[in-house]
Amino acid sequence: MLHATFVPQSMLSCARMNALLRIFSVALLILAAGGLAQAHPHVWVTMQTELVYASDGSITGIRHAWSFDDMFSTFATQGLESKEKGKFTREELAPLAKVNVESLKEFGYFTFATADGKKAELTDPAPGYWLDYKDQVLTLNFLLPFKAPVKAKELKVEIYDPSIFVDFAFAKDKPVQLAGAPKCRLDVMLPREMTFAEGKALSQIPADQKNTTMAWGAQFASKILVHCP
Amino acid sequence: MAQPFGLNRGAPPSEVGGFTGWILAKQAEFYRMFSGLVRAAKADGSAAYTLLSISFLYGIFHAAGPGHGKAVISSYLVANNETWRRGIVLSFASAILQAFTAIAVVGVAAVLLGATAKAMGNTVRVIEIVSYALILLIGLRLLWAKGRAFLQVLGGGKDHHHDHGHEHGHGHGHHHHHDHEQEASAWGHAHAPEPSELAGTHWLKRGLTAIIAVGLRPCSGAIIVLVFALAQGLFWIGVASTFVMGLGTAITVAAIATLAVGARGLAGRLAKAKPGAGVIILRGVETAAALVIVLFGAALLTGYLASERLMGV
Repeated sequence: MLHATFVPQSMLSCARMNALLRIFSVALLILAAGGLAQAHPHVWVTMQTELVYASDGSITGIRHAWSFDDMFSTFATQGLESKEKGKFTREELAPLAKVNVESLKEFGYFTFATADGKKAELTDPAPGYWLDYKDQVLTLNFLLPFKAPVKAKELKVEIYDPSIFVDFAFAKDKPVQLAGAPKCRLDVMLPREMTFAEGKALSQIPADQKNTTMAWGAQFASKILVHCP
Repeated sequence: MAQPFGLNRGAPPSEVGGFTGWILAKQAEFYRMFSGLVRAAKADGSAAYTLLSISFLYGIFHAAGPGHGKAVISSYLVANNETWRRGIVLSFASAILQAFTAIAVVGVAAVLLGATAKAMGNTVRVIEIVSYALILLIGLRLLWAKGRAFLQVLGGGKDHHHDHGHEHGHGHGHHHHHDHEQEASAWGHAHAPEPSELAGTHWLKRGLTAIIAVGLRPCSGAIIVLVFALAQGLFWIGVASTFVMGLGTAITVAAIATLAVGARGLAGRLAKAKPGAGVIILRGVETAAALVIVLFGAALLTGYLASERLMGV
């Protein structure tokens, strides 16, 4: 009986060779996909960001309010002691805030800024950062000062996790605000597609109101662009 | 800014499109349904069934997305020339072990000890290092065996055929010469004949290290879901969800592993029909597969390949 896998030499055609190559490329692709990005989003952060300007028009810092999703908020507060069950005060959360901020350092606080195309260095968060817990959601509030105040015509701030473990998205309400830079124009690039309704609502914002233009696409990075005269 | 562990802080992961993008979007969608479903299950038991179905789908998609587990398992099967049935057994065993470790970590740390997320994160960190070291070890062991065999066929020519083990059962009676495969198993076994491929335990013993290496590290998602379920007073539903997730993961990993084994089988047949170059290609593929495991192990261990992390955010 001929075994199913028997291949006479004469029949080893180009077609077979091609099929083999194809199968191998598929296998290799799958292996490569494993290596490209290791993580999957497991933490969702909804951001509200404020760009803080000095009176001379230079930017001095980036103030973040990051709200974590409810599952991660529950996970992060697991085992923490609180006076009232299911509620945490700012003081009770202070040790966790410290851990958060300290471990964010390793990842550059997921915040990357360039001024006129050049990298603008941020320092560690100013003291006075805090966590609060409302409606079962943790929000981390912190200010990232620039090493030196920067004046730029084009300022770009990107917030992303290269490993996609954390998914960052701007809040629908007040995603980005400029504090003290009235002459500058703000562009916020949303990280993913908006629904039709959201897009429609956005288009109905009067043009004179806060001059916010928004673009969206498949990018995973949430991007802020500030154009100053 | 200096980055520890040589983490590449280069470009943002923009444009994760196509298939991978779809997988990521899909599993994110399922994952985000968990919290609502766990809450709903508290009030209405039937929501638990929905939760379990979503957990199953999440497991399937989660494993189809990026991750080292299936890559290591597939490479292991290719390098070791295991059969697809064994591949499926190994895939299921590692996925189920993964569910067990997640439940054990949360069960012991959170339920019994009331540990914090930080303590759990540290525990996972230790497990991770053991798991990655094991992957590296398996890879090196295979690379040693397969690499030597490869160099032998490359340089030696014909005298390698007297070694142990035939490619059993293929091409009966029609092969002329050079048609048996050199069986350079890192563990020094030849394979059992086909009909009893699952009989005996030597291949399972051999694969046990691979099962542990891949399955030891619990999935961060499972741990977060378990803790969330615990907080809702529904730990058992978290446990059930974790096992179903593992089942889904196992199916995907098994499918990919089968594909890899199939490709390897085709290469084997090609090698049989093409005496000189075929064997070289075959040994080369096995060596490459062993190398993939080594690279994954080293990259994970050094933190070059960012693995999922639990704490810090």
